[in-house]
Amino acid sequence: MSVIPWLTQALEVLAAIAVAPLFGGWIVQCRAWLQNKSAPSIWLPYRAIHKLFHKEAVLAERASPLFRFAPYVVFGSMVCAAAIIPSMGTRLPFSGAADAIALVGLLATARVFVSLAAMDVGTAFGTLGARREMMVGFLAEPALLMVIFVASLISSSTALPEISDALATQPFALYPSLAFTAVAFVLVLLAENARIPVDNPATHLELTMIHEAMLLEYSARHLALMEWAAALKLFNYACIGFALFVPWGVATEQAQTPAALFASLPILAAKLAAAGVGLALIETVSAKLRVFRAPEFLATAFLLAVLGLLVNLLLRA
Amino acid sequence: MSELPFDLQILNALAALFLLLAFAMLAQRRVVALVSLLAFQGALLCAATLLLAHRTGQWHLYFSALLTLALKVVFLPWLLRRLIRRLGVYWDSEPLINTTATMLLGLLVVIFSFGLAQPIAALASTATRNAIGIAVAVVLLAFLTMITRRKAMSQVVGFLSMENGLFFGAMSATYGMPMIVELGVALDVLVAMLVLGVFFFQIREQFDSLDLHHLESLKEEQ
Amino acid sequence: MELIVLLAIPLAGAAWAAVLGERPYAPEANTAFSFATLIAAAALAMRVIGEGSFSAADEQFFIDPFNVFLVTLTAFVGFTTSLFSRPYMRIEFEHGRIKPRQLRLYHSMYQLFVAAMLIALTSNNMGLVWVAMEAATLSTVLLVTLYRTPASLEAGWKYFILCGVGIAQALFGTILLYFAAEKVLGGEGMTALLWTHLNAVKGSLEPAVLSLAFVFLLVGYGTKVGLVPLHNWLPDAHAEGPTPISAVLSGLLLNVAAYAVVRCKVLVEGSLGSPLPGRMLMAFGLFSVVVASFFLWRQRDIKRLFAYSSIEHMGIITFAFGMGGPVANFAALLHMTVHSLTKSAIFFAVGHAAQKAGTQVMDDIRGLITLSPTVGWGLMLGALAILGLPPFGVFASEFLILTTAMRDHPWATPILLLALGVAFAAIFGRVQPMVFGETSAKRLPVFAHLGLVLMLGVFIPPSLAEWFRLAAQLIAGS
Repeated sequence: MSVIPWLTQALEVLAAIAVAPLFGGWIVQCRAWLQNKSAPSIWLPYRAIHKLFHKEAVLAERASPLFRFAPYVVFGSMVCAAAIIPSMGTRLPFSGAADAIALVGLLATARVFVSLAAMDVGTAFGTLGARREMMVGFLAEPALLMVIFVASLISSSTALPEISDALATQPFALYPSLAFTAVAFVLVLLAENARIPVDNPATHLELTMIHEAMLLEYSARHLALMEWAAALKLFNYACIGFALFVPWGVATEQAQTPAALFASLPILAAKLAAAGVGLALIETVSAKLRVFRAPEFLATAFLLAVLGLLVNLLLRA
Repeated sequence: MSELPFDLQILNALAALFLLLAFAMLAQRRVVALVSLLAFQGALLCAATLLLAHRTGQWHLYFSALLTLALKVVFLPWLLRRLIRRLGVYWDSEPLINTTATMLLGLLVVIFSFGLAQPIAALASTATRNAIGIAVAVVLLAFLTMITRRKAMSQVVGFLSMENGLFFGAMSATYGMPMIVELGVALDVLVAMLVLGVFFFQIREQFDSLDLHHLESLKEEQ
Repeated sequence: MELIVLLAIPLAGAAWAAVLGERPYAPEANTAFSFATLIAAAALAMRVIGEGSFSAADEQFFIDPFNVFLVTLTAFVGFTTSLFSRPYMRIEFEHGRIKPRQLRLYHSMYQLFVAAMLIALTSNNMGLVWVAMEAATLSTVLLVTLYRTPASLEAGWKYFILCGVGIAQALFGTILLYFAAEKVLGGEGMTALLWTHLNAVKGSLEPAVLSLAFVFLLVGYGTKVGLVPLHNWLPDAHAEGPTPISAVLSGLLLNVAAYAVVRCKVLVEGSLGSPLPGRMLMAFGLFSVVVASFFLWRQRDIKRLFAYSSIEHMGIITFAFGMGGPVANFAALLHMTVHSLTKSAIFFAVGHAAQKAGTQVMDDIRGLITLSPTVGWGLMLGALAILGLPPFGVFASEFLILTTAMRDHPWATPILLLALGVAFAAIFGRVQPMVFGETSAKRLPVFAHLGLVLMLGVFIPPSLAEWFRLAAQLIAGS
């Protein structure tokens, strides 16, 4: 009986680590389909990581210990985050350690370390990227917190598994406030994970970079870990979105059986596939915003989330 | 929450969408897009009236929905688009305060109107009484749209959006006004728009533009 | 029966003028239609005096002493203004300031305007009152911009937008009123918006909703009355439109809007039982009087000067209605009448003066008494009348209002006196040089109005006094 939660927990973490790069590859594939190009293999991210691990790390002379430790911290916090997001089951032993707000804190930790490491070496582009990242993060965090807040209003708890549970077990109803916050969440996702329209993940023009600029100084295993962490971040965000807005298919509190657990795997895969297509679509039809317009973009997200809150308070839905 | 019957849930969703549209109008700068948003608002109003008619079985609501459809979704947007084409006013200039500040102000306005509508909603006996706050919010947001614009056409669209909000309020508080009043109001709106059409041509003839900057010269010293 | 005739005539006139309004005999036809309206109004008044209040057309219309006297006043001023507009518009046409198509528009909108006001006055359905008020606004927008000058376009735009927004607030107030009424009267049929029914049950209407409704109704209809701070459209619309339109706007539309406000006030006071509505009216009224009288000093354009004077007097009327009680209401009704007559007389004189001198700027009009004695005397007497000099009627009504204020609200009296004094100095100081520094044309309307006002100052016919008393009772007592 008590094996299932631990099994769920382990599966979730392993799935996150294993599947995250595949998710990235899938999005690239979808984008290529939409743009009538032929994409590289969806296993390319794995080969890239593998290649990087076999290279020799080169560090700048001025690099401090922070620079060397940051990738491990970032990767570790992403894995911790994956542990408390209910992507497959809602009864997670680690979920008692942190609720959604702490989750946001974990993501913030990762962001802070990446930025500090980028500034550590003292290059111009690193600092540029770090400052932009902090600006985006500073504006995105309130929006994300507001989204979680509205979702928690419906289930009276800020622990992500409980929110999922509440939504999954209730009879189906239209929640306009959740609709608003879902849109807000998508906007935050795009901003935080450096996707178009906020940042182009495939760019090589340093002046337009936000996230990539911070990784310019890294090499070999450090770079591999950072790239993996970025992929994990996207995976985590996608799973947070599923947990908040489409939690059906997850092994709920009542149904803690092996059957439910193994049934949730293909459902998660299907959700990820759909999310990948959706993201690729958004990226194809949007143009990248100029950097000074990014605050407007995030202000819209925040406003939508607050609107969702107000609508919830008024209509009680 | 989820104990509401399904059609009431849809009505709530329509109301929320109505509010979202009012916000979208606040941020929109293309005049053609404003008119499309207005038409969409009218369509929402029509859908809500139909749902309410189906729920309460009152015949005059069906007629009212038809009137809304004919006037607010078909005729008025067509008239406005024709005016836009003939006058060539496709863009609005930058609003008086920047977009983000306008949106934040709009948010404050929404909070204020929700508070204002509480006592009314408490007294109402209709099933949709919660949406009264949204109606008041839309009216005030439309008012905000009007005062932050410089082009005459955007101000007119804001004015029509205000009327939409008032109608939604009437519907959610009292299941619509008596038929004769609704007909009268519709007639008034129609005539107002026709008058406006003539007016815009006169303004354009005189000033060669529909920027309201030109209409600010009458001061007290005259 | 008389009611149908009364409403049908101006509508028929509008239709006729829309087609044939630019013919040479159009002004005469306009006058004829207005005269017929006056006859019908008089007949209606006779009936009300004889039989008392009655309702018609399935209770959609209701005539009582309050609105029948306003109906007669409207018809009368409409008639005399049409007399004035005959030669005036002819001269404008000859000077080339308007074209035949605009004459057609002018005549048809004029009749439509009168029709809309009459409907607003006689309707029992608060929703229809709203519709008619909006129609009245719309019919005059295009008239304000008749001359197509940049200033008139701006005035018309301000008028349209400000009154439009105001009237939207009034619509919200009406919705709230319906909302409150539906609980008590039920939504079946259309009785929930009928004033007579609402009046009967006003004690049981929800006070919270009604006070909110009153705020919106006051702001909405108050914009049309010209209460400060919602008055911005008034000076521009009066100054830039043709003078007959200024005369009817000042003399009639403001009155009809005030009538709507008072009808709402009666309902709300009955429901709330507190003096709050009255206090609000008093506050707005006083504020308007003070602000308007100070603005009078800065005016250079003669029509704007008298437009601000209209704002001031409507403020006095609103203040008086706010005070309530039979005497104050009587005085307010009297003031409505005399102000309407005097202000239109002034505008007639001003119109002639401006046409003679070719400009509306006061500094450029001089020596009217030698240029055209009748116009000069008309303007002088009109200014004296509106300033409240005895023996004109304005003095009597202002006196009554001041004494009531002194008795019930002594704090308001010095403010009122100060404002009236400031206004006196301003207007007299401007009119004096204009007058003291020759053609035929019809001056009859000016002196007809002034004669009536003089008469009302000296002697109020008992029937009229009885009329006013009944109406005052209706407003206060019920």
